[in-house]
Amino acid sequence: MTKKTILQIKNLRAAIGDTKILNGVSLQIKSGETHIIMGQNGSGKSTLLSVLMGHPRYDVLGGSVTLNKKNLLKMSVPERAQAGIFLGFQHPQAVSGVTFGNFLRLAHNSIATAHDPKSVPVGPAPFANLMRAEMEKLKMDSTFISRFINEGFSGGEKKKSEILQMALLSPKIAFLDEIDSGLDIDALKIVVTELVSIQKKQGMGLVIVSHNPKILDFIEPDKIHIMSKGKIVTQGGKEIVAKIEQGGYSALLKD
Amino acid sequence: MPVPKKTKNLLAQTGQTSAFSFRTKTKSFFAADKGLNEDIIREISAQKSEPRWMLEFRLRAYEIFLKKKMPAWGPDLSGIDFANLHYYIRPQDRVKRDWKDLPVEIKDTFDKLGIPEAERKFLAGTGAQFESEMVYHSFAENLAKQGVIFESTDDALKHHPDIFKKYFGTIVPPADNKFAALNSAVWSGGSFIYIPKGVQVDLPLQAYFRINSENMGQFERTLIIADEGSSVHYVEGCTAPTYSSESLHSAVVEVIVKKGARVQYTTIQNWSNNVYNLVTKRAAAYENAQMYWLDCNLGSKVTMKYPSILLCQKGAKGEIQSLAFAGHEQHQDAGGKVIHLSANTSSTIISKSISKKGGHSTYRGLVKVVPDANNVTTRVVCDALMLDKDSRSDTYPVMDIKEQDVAIAHEATVSKIGEEELFYLMSRGLSEEQAATLIVNGFANPIVKQLPMEYAVELNRLLTLEMTGSVG
Repeated sequence: MTKKTILQIKNLRAAIGDTKILNGVSLQIKSGETHIIMGQNGSGKSTLLSVLMGHPRYDVLGGSVTLNKKNLLKMSVPERAQAGIFLGFQHPQAVSGVTFGNFLRLAHNSIATAHDPKSVPVGPAPFANLMRAEMEKLKMDSTFISRFINEGFSGGEKKKSEILQMALLSPKIAFLDEIDSGLDIDALKIVVTELVSIQKKQGMGLVIVSHNPKILDFIEPDKIHIMSKGKIVTQGGKEIVAKIEQGGYSALLKD
Repeated sequence: MPVPKKTKNLLAQTGQTSAFSFRTKTKSFFAADKGLNEDIIREISAQKSEPRWMLEFRLRAYEIFLKKKMPAWGPDLSGIDFANLHYYIRPQDRVKRDWKDLPVEIKDTFDKLGIPEAERKFLAGTGAQFESEMVYHSFAENLAKQGVIFESTDDALKHHPDIFKKYFGTIVPPADNKFAALNSAVWSGGSFIYIPKGVQVDLPLQAYFRINSENMGQFERTLIIADEGSSVHYVEGCTAPTYSSESLHSAVVEVIVKKGARVQYTTIQNWSNNVYNLVTKRAAAYENAQMYWLDCNLGSKVTMKYPSILLCQKGAKGEIQSLAFAGHEQHQDAGGKVIHLSANTSSTIISKSISKKGGHSTYRGLVKVVPDANNVTTRVVCDALMLDKDSRSDTYPVMDIKEQDVAIAHEATVSKIGEEELFYLMSRGLSEEQAATLIVNGFANPIVKQLPMEYAVELNRLLTLEMTGSVG
């Protein structure tokens, strides 16, 4: 079976105020593929993900992005989520007073309704069961359902909560920003195992942003992209990482 | 209000408009002419067959009302036209106890509010106020057996004259402020509660207030006495239908919390947006007593309300938590006052306000510690959330501390609803309105979670209703 192209980014350019941050990014992601984007701090990795999710702070200056052949850039933020985009945040926001379970259920139901207006919203009790099953796999305590969104979560708990959200919202493509930071080795193994299993099950495209080559000890990407100054400057397989580990990003960028 | 199913149906029927905007036609047996003078006050007192001392009290208060100036330090009250208000309407000749005896149209209104089911499910006793009079009043037999008195204030004046006279007007005297004087002159209805020594009332007692006649001032008067070692939780919930011209609600609430007793007084108000809601609430707490005001204000044109606690003797504790939601053209001026009159007393004031679409919310608070009231602790927290740049929030926290040995904590935050929070929630598929509503509900949560369950559900629903159409 040939893999279907889910996301097609062509020459994407974006700025925040007068500062240009993306200077022509092109990328193609197919279903079931795993891509890793690496690069130094400030190379534009996180901005790329924010722009794709539609963060209002950024202005898109040019280029095109299609999700399953539809113009992503014309969609509002919730429309993008409903169309199948998921962003796992590097620093997820805390929202005081709002329980994780209630929020995630509303999100789940709003996406389900967008797909099928006749779909019956899932009630609190059955949704809690769905959450518990997934949380068990991620070795999360079930009290998270009634805790406030990201409030007082440790770094590792925040990352797991992002993966949990991804699992329950069943996106077509997931962007995970620095998913490895703040996780110890054991937690990282749990998260990656779950990530791979969800990806297999849902045929989801996966884009992982990291500045740490160690992530490759745990995950087998189809392609690695190196970003610098708002562009993808080189791409390839694991051999790229060997170069980074030898001489850092600067060695790689000289080529 | 406390009946989720009925309310849900109602909300479904009314869609995006205010769920409580219905009106019912009623036939009043007696309606005083518009405006106020001594004759009308005499007429009110005669209609109620009051003792002479109450008529004198009313007339004295009326004199004070005429002399007092309008408060100029707060919100704009220039829209109040005292000459154009009704001061007394009496829908029936006597208070009914049985639901089946109520007139159909009054029943209809209560049906819309869900009173009968509420009573069956949740209540130990119910007093529901329709216009100026308690028309429906029942309470569980076991409370009566324990000596608990829960009556309309008018009835209590007849049935329990001694205890009534001993406490009435002692915590909020007529001269306290212009509106307390007005209430004292024309008061009608309200609840009277007496809890005997050592009696713990486990379920909340509640009354349902409702203004239903155009241009009618509602001046209920509530008096609660919790005798030594007793405890009670009183809940008042208010909604009002929308009127075309101004309405005035000016209540006085007095609470006496004796040695070792505990009183919680919970209010949820959702006045229609033409009502001036000017209320004086004050409690006196004696040795090791606890007083807790929980005050949630939605709606109204102007609300001025600062529940107060006098901590009179050692070990007394006071807590005031308030939540205000100021929408378009609304001014919520709320807060709390605590006066530490004795050593070893403690207080907490927590105030949260939400403003949207040009709404104006003000925190106005006072903590006073008199000389020699040592070993006092007090904590004041006020948080304001603004949903847009047109809205406004002011804070006037006054600390008047005349004693060295006092531990004071004061925190205040003012925040605009955060772009990053909205983006995070919206990135999961929620609309901007859904996301903002969640954030507002979350902001209100620390107060809402203190409410009895069915009220918490209702308040969240009212907040969600307030947020409908508020974004974009």
